[in-house]
Amino acid sequence: MADRVPVGVNVNGTNYARDVEPRDLLVYFLREDLGLTGTHVGCDTSQCGACTVLIDGRPVKSCTMFAVQANGRQITTVEGLATNGELTPLQEAFWNEHGLQCGFCTPGFLMTATALLQSNPSPTEEQIRKGLEGNLCRCTGYANIVRAVQSASKAMSAGAGVATPEPVLGRA
Amino acid sequence: MAISQMIGARIHRREDPHLITGGGRYVEDLVRPGTLAMAVVRSPHAHARIKRIDATAAQAIPGVVAVLTAADFKPLLTGTHPVAPAFVAQKQTVPQRFPIADEEAVFQGEPVAVVIADNRKLATDGAQAVDVEYEPLPAVMDLFKALEPDSPRAHLGQVDNLAWDLTYAPEDTVKDAFVQAEVVVKERILQQRLAPVPIEPRGVVAEFNSFEDQLTITMATQNPHFIRLFVSGALGMPETKVRVISHDVGGGFGSKISPYPEDYLVAATAKLLKRPVRWIETRTESIQTTTHGRGQVFDVELAARRDGSLLALKVTQYLDAGAYVGTFGAFQPVACLLSGGAYKWPGGIAARTIGVLTNRVPTDPYRGAGRPEATHLVERMIDKLAQEIGMDPAAVRQKNFIRPEEFPFTNNFGLVYDSGNYNGSLERALELAGYADFRQRQERARKEGRYLGIGLSTWIEICGFGPSAATAPATGGMALVESAQVRVHPTGSAQVIVGTHAHGQGHDTTFAQIAADTLGLPYESIEIRHGDTAEGAAFGYGTYGSRSLAVGGMAVRTAGKQIVAKAHKIAANMLEAAADDVVFDQGRFHVKGNPGNAKSMGEVAFAAYGAGLPEGTDHGLEATSYFDPPNFVWPFGAHICEVEVDPATGEVQLQKYVAVDDCGNVINPLVVEGQLHGGIAQGIAQALFEEVAYDPDTGQLMSGSLAEYLVPTANEIPTPVLDRTVTPTPSNELGVKGIGEAGTIAASAAVINAIVDALQPLGISHVDMPASPDRLWKQIREAQEGVRA
Amino acid sequence: MIPAAFNYQRASSVDEASRLLGQAEDAKILAGGHSLIPLMRLRLAQPSMLVDINGLDGELGYIRRDNGTLRIGALTRHYQIETSADVQRSLPLLAEVAAEVGDMQVRSMGTIGGVLAHADPAGDFCTLALMLDATISTNKRSIPARDFFQGLFTTPLGSDELVTEVSFPVASGPHKYIKFRRRMSDWAIVGVGAQRMDDGQWRVGITNAAMTPVRASGVEQALASGASPSEAARQSSQGLDPASDLRGSAEYKTHLAQVLTQRAIEGAA
Repeated sequence: MADRVPVGVNVNGTNYARDVEPRDLLVYFLREDLGLTGTHVGCDTSQCGACTVLIDGRPVKSCTMFAVQANGRQITTVEGLATNGELTPLQEAFWNEHGLQCGFCTPGFLMTATALLQSNPSPTEEQIRKGLEGNLCRCTGYANIVRAVQSASKAMSAGAGVATPEPVLGRA
Repeated sequence: MAISQMIGARIHRREDPHLITGGGRYVEDLVRPGTLAMAVVRSPHAHARIKRIDATAAQAIPGVVAVLTAADFKPLLTGTHPVAPAFVAQKQTVPQRFPIADEEAVFQGEPVAVVIADNRKLATDGAQAVDVEYEPLPAVMDLFKALEPDSPRAHLGQVDNLAWDLTYAPEDTVKDAFVQAEVVVKERILQQRLAPVPIEPRGVVAEFNSFEDQLTITMATQNPHFIRLFVSGALGMPETKVRVISHDVGGGFGSKISPYPEDYLVAATAKLLKRPVRWIETRTESIQTTTHGRGQVFDVELAARRDGSLLALKVTQYLDAGAYVGTFGAFQPVACLLSGGAYKWPGGIAARTIGVLTNRVPTDPYRGAGRPEATHLVERMIDKLAQEIGMDPAAVRQKNFIRPEEFPFTNNFGLVYDSGNYNGSLERALELAGYADFRQRQERARKEGRYLGIGLSTWIEICGFGPSAATAPATGGMALVESAQVRVHPTGSAQVIVGTHAHGQGHDTTFAQIAADTLGLPYESIEIRHGDTAEGAAFGYGTYGSRSLAVGGMAVRTAGKQIVAKAHKIAANMLEAAADDVVFDQGRFHVKGNPGNAKSMGEVAFAAYGAGLPEGTDHGLEATSYFDPPNFVWPFGAHICEVEVDPATGEVQLQKYVAVDDCGNVINPLVVEGQLHGGIAQGIAQALFEEVAYDPDTGQLMSGSLAEYLVPTANEIPTPVLDRTVTPTPSNELGVKGIGEAGTIAASAAVINAIVDALQPLGISHVDMPASPDRLWKQIREAQEGVRA
Repeated sequence: MIPAAFNYQRASSVDEASRLLGQAEDAKILAGGHSLIPLMRLRLAQPSMLVDINGLDGELGYIRRDNGTLRIGALTRHYQIETSADVQRSLPLLAEVAAEVGDMQVRSMGTIGGVLAHADPAGDFCTLALMLDATISTNKRSIPARDFFQGLFTTPLGSDELVTEVSFPVASGPHKYIKFRRRMSDWAIVGVGAQRMDDGQWRVGITNAAMTPVRASGVEQALASGASPSEAARQSSQGLDPASDLRGSAEYKTHLAQVLTQRAIEGAA
């Protein structure tokens, strides 16, 4: 039925021009056409958020968007967070706070949390949880993900480094 | 000299850098040009005759390479879907299972045909275009109706729907106790079906190399070697000709243990077409066809004295096996054997398990696998008793706990608990939860018309599967020991290939911590590998059942000690001293009293590849060890949950959650906490949110997506307050138990007990799961009307 | 899953969009796509053509305060409504409700025009439009909200007609929207909005308790004649016809509507 449609996107700072089928979802375009497999597919109904990327800085579920819609846009995936191998404070915080276990949902959380901290650099715990309502995790129970975002927020406002994790015994 | 530098260290994981930068290698990430895509045509009916399959339209789609049905696979596959004895050695009706339905489909989602195409889009188009004519048949959905003599059968021509009926201890056992009892409480307790929902669905890629007759399967699994065993057997190939690779796996929770139809179908198709074939599960398929957890009903009776002394327990488990018995579907009857919980039952426990066939996907292990069910039932009954006799629920528990000095303790079913200090963890939890003044707060709130409640769950469990004497009969011949191969290279770096297969549990880090202390080599110089059957010669048994540390970690330990023993001889030789005069201390060998003249493990490693080795010592520095644990291990703990119930809406707010757990010695506290966080979340999820829902008449799955199947978000799961006690196990040298499933084992009872506690003034004495607002509101309203009437 | 194939056109103007829609009987607008694409992924919808209007930000993406009216272009995204100073000042209820739609990712893409055109009774914006007497404009006409929600997913929109704007009366007085759901990101099981207008009259609307959003006129009239919130809430069942489903029985939802109505009015600030 459909002819292929040309699409031009900038992903993690690099321009790409490809021809796609209209029905190609953005997530599969990123994964298969561009080989960026860090963005994952975890559901069929836009619930789990594992596919979250940033489009012009806004978090979007890339499974609920066709590649053709991304024409002319600037996309950031998890592969584009670290620069020259240097992790962002948020990535460091996920690492230090044990904010991931199997890692499958993690890219989605990193992208959503990156956007959250950009628009609200000092979120309360409630705002963090609300901000992450579109991302599901099955392994962590969210406790350390929330801690990671809090830790990153502190680090970013302090300007340098990441706070040493506090012991968790008896901590609410 | 055993010094812990890395064991016990709270260090971040070495797995994380590639996972947080998009470098994970999950099965869907594997890209090989020329790979064909498979899509599965599935029965939309819970039960139906398959009259006709017309693939004409599908085959006409350009890019569709083949449409295959049972007829194509029958010559290729035999003996698929083994059923392990597990905890039910003698079964009754066990339907034969083939990966793809032939004339009859027996659960919604059962494969009926597969479409192979150039890419996934075309395969999906093809699957949609396959025209199947079905004749719907009555669907067996209700456990109790299924057991009636005139019930439709889950499979046509089947003698009945009884998968098994096994009595572990007859009612006679407890007859006297029930006669003498001063109080008897009874309840029917539901354990709804749950979908494990790992965020990564399943996936299989298979490639057949016809030059070498070698099949390579890459997939998401918790146990690559078992899959190799099953798939090679089914294809009539030697194990040596099948390789199973599993890199990163996005969660399993028990649902990636057993072999699935697609594992067999993708492999057989790759062999048939001589092209690589790939199948990736959609979430819809996952909820529909990945094995479910729980799915049981328990009838329980408890006999006691008015002073709170427990006498006896009667347990009948009705288990929804599904349309076929899962490979480990008969594992969950372990709930009967653990139904006594942390307590002593001088009058005995009678237990019986009844497995029922229905027209649903099979049930199989899901985080806790029988132990959450056991904990839930016994903790609920303790609270029911406490409510009945007007005694504090903590006091009832404390009165009946197995005491620290009574370990090792043999339970009513002959299982030996290794160590425990049940009151120790409970006391700490009560303190952290502010239990002492909760009752006053509750009273004040009640006067304001608010319903606060507190719930305890003093859990124990059996894990670390397990000793060969018990596990070999349970699996049908394979003892669930564990293997580790350690090789120290000439320049002092070490590789450990272990037979467990972490999928989030952090073994790359924690096993390296064990290896570092054991070998005396720097943590950074040790690599842990797992998940590839072609790496290492040992058989690996996988990760599930909270076994990896107690069995796998111990294998790393024993293999490491073999290395040290050999290195010791070589070092003594290098030091020109008698072996008995040489000690190994923090990575260095030296003559007693002369630490200044030492050889490091690294130096000894290099020497192991050189000349002048001692008599009887061969070259190299490697060891393989299979660790056969002498017993299961028995972690325990106390969880306390505080809730507020809004009677107007039935909504439950979790106000506080405290968990004090004991898994013996801890290798990495950060990893242990993470496992508890995640486990507790899944227990809370069962208590309040999740349920696989079917239309009771048609058998149609109603909760087929994550929009209806309610995996909670960060807004529904509070961060628990965690603490620990440490009661090592005497069963292994590291003193370690397991913790991966503990949170889930404990949590549902804590939440439900809290809700019931909150609603006690209304005369409510039991609440079933999930305690959704609509159900709770109905129950509250009926109770209020009952109270008024 | 993978959607079925379709023809794709990008519209460069509203007129062109209308014309393109006429090219196929089952052609659908692609705006935010967060109602449409999930249906297409499950193959419950298989339109032969999609007309992408996401490039029409210039024509259709705006928020304008026009004296006593707040005019919002159909392509305005939920997050824009949430964070707009104009909306927060003129009709804070709308901004607060926008913050509760879906999740942050959905709010990046979802459009108010799309929500209204889809006419899902669970759509919070539909309830607001109805209870506040909004006007929904299309490329052909203006339709009062009370005439717009005809039935389940049913509006008077013709096959070549698209929503271009919705205008609300301004109201910055006491207001509250209670969205009762199991998980934070879910659709409302039942939702109730209450707004006291600048003339002192209350507007009350109920989400997901019938085939369309419901304006709780009985409640409004009771409040106007001096009833207390709990007395007025007893009128909330008028016009309700909730579905019994996984989220609860019809009886439960009717009861919930009453509870939430009372709480929304009491809690309005």
